[in-house]
Amino acid sequence: MCLGIPGRITAILDEAGMTAEVDISGVRRVVDVVCVAHADEPLSDLVGRWVLVHVGFAMSRIDEAEAHETLRLLGQIGELDGELAAMRGIEAA
Amino acid sequence: MRFVDEFRDPELARSLFEAIDHAAARIARTRATPVTVMEVCGGHTHTIFRYALETRMPDNIEFAHGPGCPVCVLPMGRIDDAISIARQPGVIFTTFGDAMRVPGAQGTLIQARAAGADVRMVYSPLDALALARANPQRQVVFFALGFETTAPSTALTVLRAAAEGISNFSMLCQHITIVPTLRALLSQPGFNVDGFIGPGHVSMVIGTHPYDFIAETFHRPVVVAGFEPLDILQSLHMVLRQIEAGEARVENQYGRVVPPDGNAAAMAAMDRVYETRPECEWRGLGAIAGSGLQLRAQWRDFDAERRFGLVPRHVADPAASRCGDVLTGRIRPRDCAAFGTTCTPDQPLGALMVSSEGACAACYEYEGVGRAA
Ligand code: SF4
Repeated sequence: MCLGIPGRITAILDEAGMTAEVDISGVRRVVDVVCVAHADEPLSDLVGRWVLVHVGFAMSRIDEAEAHETLRLLGQIGELDGELAAMRGIEAA
Repeated sequence: MRFVDEFRDPELARSLFEAIDHAAARIARTRATPVTVMEVCGGHTHTIFRYALETRMPDNIEFAHGPGCPVCVLPMGRIDDAISIARQPGVIFTTFGDAMRVPGAQGTLIQARAAGADVRMVYSPLDALALARANPQRQVVFFALGFETTAPSTALTVLRAAAEGISNFSMLCQHITIVPTLRALLSQPGFNVDGFIGPGHVSMVIGTHPYDFIAETFHRPVVVAGFEPLDILQSLHMVLRQIEAGEARVENQYGRVVPPDGNAAAMAAMDRVYETRPECEWRGLGAIAGSGLQLRAQWRDFDAERRFGLVPRHVADPAASRCGDVLTGRIRPRDCAAFGTTCTPDQPLGALMVSSEGACAACYEYEGVGRAA
């Protein structure tokens, strides 16, 4: 829950509600984008961007290289599968 | 020769190890005692054990594994509070998975579930809110845990629930903040930490300025760090360089994610929804003034403590546990008599044995029960 997981914003789902669909290692998930939106920029500009997602909220914009590095690290320390399972709503045993 | 093949950039790893060795050797010329550097965040603790960084350190450099893992500092009484709400008829109690195995005096949330309580693991507070939407006849409670990394998320969830007029959703708020606790630790006599590797994702929200007092008042260096082993080595080297030069500043090694001023939207959401609790209990550390958050009176409808008339329980830590001494760097996990005997990942006595970010669980997983040669 503390380590963020990188994902790429694929679509804005609700402009007013500020939610987007994010692809996180192949898992699609609705994510709140309030914390990465900029007032002077249309929300649609977020599409295609990489963000760090914490418990369903995009908390920081990151670049693609950082995203891949972080995914590699999460895989190596064994945190990736659990996060993805939790995200899909599957309980780990 | 050190084994560095598993690092992303073995050459860089090798040169960082060398730079650390050299800095440590220079420090040793003028200082007889070892240098202790505390990594505040549990994510860093996990990386340090996973890559055996401790065992690759020069003799006069030691890590202290700090209190920055919210699951690891969940007090027994708070777990009992959670269980007492989960047992109420009609309640769906939701929590991050990590908290389900933390023992309270009345057992764990998993045991409460086995005994019939409707306890469900969720990935996000938004999933808990969706459950409330889908089950209007039930009371859905979310166990809101974590530092400033997750506190904005739960604040924004409360704001969503209020905007939608969802009346069967509430939170048991156990959000905590690291800065008052660092201040309390630094003020304790015998707190032997010479510098800090600062938390990355908390700082992504609050920025780096909240740590200024550590440098200014307590004259210890702080380097906010990323989670890669190379980030940690580089940050440690930056801390050692400051110590060697007799300096104390806040530096940011994780600038690619951490803006110096933090995230304004996240802080605004926290400020709207939360206020500081007069004091908050930490497992192993006791009550620390100003270290917890609670919902402002304006959001009382979403406060599970008010909704269920909760009288918070206080339960002393088990006598055999030495979690507090581990959390403050006074002993290493293996120095606790319970380690690997009455406290194991399957049967944890302390919460540091539960989460993979806890020093005891990480030590058990990567170093085993036996003492390293
Ligand atoms: S071994 Fe168990 S009881 Fe001892 S300090 Fe670690 S978590 Fe606490």
